[in-house]
Amino acid sequence: MGFSQTKDPSGVTVVQVDGQLIVGNRHELKDLIQAAVERGERRMLIDFSRTGYIDSSGLGALVSISKRIREAGGELRLSGLNDDLRSLFELTKLDTLFAITETPEQALTSF
Amino acid sequence: MTSPLRLCVRRTSASEAQGSATLVTLRLPSDVNCIEEAVELVARHCLAGHEATSTTRFRLRVVLSEALTNAIVRGNGEDRTKWVDVRAELVPESIRVSVTDEGPGFDPGAVPEPLRPEQLDEATGRGLYLIRKLVDTVQFNERGNSICMILRRP
Repeated sequence: MGFSQTKDPSGVTVVQVDGQLIVGNRHELKDLIQAAVERGERRMLIDFSRTGYIDSSGLGALVSISKRIREAGGELRLSGLNDDLRSLFELTKLDTLFAITETPEQALTSF
Repeated sequence: MTSPLRLCVRRTSASEAQGSATLVTLRLPSDVNCIEEAVELVARHCLAGHEATSTTRFRLRVVLSEALTNAIVRGNGEDRTKWVDVRAELVPESIRVSVTDEGPGFDPGAVPEPLRPEQLDEATGRGLYLIRKLVDTVQFNERGNSICMILRRP
């Protein structure tokens, strides 16, 4: 379980969520994004291709992250959600709040 | 490092336990860092030897994580001297999981649905709603410190 951060050649910060995004590690993700915003990063992608499950604390962290990036004038994309993960966003209507693409490649070309 | 989780699995024949083929119990301290391991232990034992779709496996893990988070954070206030008890009863047609904390309980009927547009930007308030959406039946005891979630197997 953890997060890995890379920078795409186009300048987008890509964060991969490995394992779960839950109450126990949500602050780690928020801190990582906060540090990126403070470094001046404004285009960010969080990819869930290697994610098992997300709980409501994880969803809440994503809402906070989205707000933080918007306030800084940046953009956030989400990608790699399988059907089960996507259902969590649909049930909570968070699919209307986030820009979600099927693959990270699609997200990177949409910035 | 020794895990602070206390797991007990009892498998019985259906006739012996009036239809309950497997009973899994787990006791964990009120530490959010124990949740992932607890979810995996309970889910693995609940699903062992039973057919389940990937969606059932996913939903079981999410609702366990939600219920444990509520019990540890809201119920026990992350007081590590307090415990959370998980009890899963498995029969061929369903998985019945109870999560009980030592807190004073709450009124589940007073928790609003988090779908109003002005609530969309809120970071909290989706846990119980998600549980209700992901399982077939949700019940609480009278005190409100124990939730029972039933997933029917497809």
